[in-house]
Amino acid sequence: MINFLSWVLLLSGCFCVLISAIGLIRMPDLFTRMHAAGVGDTLGAILVIAGLMLQAGPTLLLAKLVLIMFFLLFTGPTACHALAKAALAGGEKPLLDDNNQ
Amino acid sequence: MPPLSAIVKPTTTNHQGILTISTGPTSDNRWLHAISLALTMAVIWFLLSGHTEPLILGLGAASILSITWLALRMDLIDREGHPIHLTFRAPMFWVWLGWEIVKSNLQVMKIILYPKLPISPRMFRVPVSQKTDIGRVLYANSITLTPGTISLRVNEHDIEVHALTQAGEDGLKDGKMDRLVTNVEGEQ
Repeated sequence: MINFLSWVLLLSGCFCVLISAIGLIRMPDLFTRMHAAGVGDTLGAILVIAGLMLQAGPTLLLAKLVLIMFFLLFTGPTACHALAKAALAGGEKPLLDDNNQ
Repeated sequence: MPPLSAIVKPTTTNHQGILTISTGPTSDNRWLHAISLALTMAVIWFLLSGHTEPLILGLGAASILSITWLALRMDLIDREGHPIHLTFRAPMFWVWLGWEIVKSNLQVMKIILYPKLPISPRMFRVPVSQKTDIGRVLYANSITLTPGTISLRVNEHDIEVHALTQAGEDGLKDGKMDRLVTNVEGEQ
């Protein structure tokens, strides 16, 4: 049962990453692509790690996976923010909706 | 579109908050922070190594003690570097944030899979009510963590945000996340 649940989590995590990759291709500019990449960074990573936690069971491995998840969730947005700021500083103009300018 | 100043209505606390610089720990607090730092390192050390031999444990304890001593000597331990005051309020916020992340992920995934790709990217500013740097970082990171909104620039009054849709903009502007982060920050 736990094995089954673990695979459900792992596969839905993979699905998120796949959608994230499709979004990365479909989105028109750097900033909108970062939104698509965020799907794989957050929900994709969380689901895959949750699936691995169920595989690990109550061992030290579980604690390490928890730590990995924490580090991912703390560093991910920081890297994302740095990328966006660097793009803006480098003169990249975000594509904005016409009704909104 | 109305001028930016009409959209952003910073509350008065924002302006009062600029000059608030978190004061360094008092001498009591300093030891509390040092003990907490040592305990945190001990827990992480054990979780990562899993060793129980006396020699290895002793070496681990020696490392932790010397690092704590060094950190104390270099005056590196402060509220910002080791914010124990956030520890107890943060978990409830994380639960709420986790649910927000799931919801906004599903929205962005739906948009990606929609054949017409219904996006309307926009940039706008949201006011921040946090008074400390760490509070603002927590808010900006929470914004970026929820897909569909990315924080671009942060200053004392507001955060410049890039959002994928109108819904993302509305969700931030209702100010619930801002309130919750300020609540976690908990400084007067």
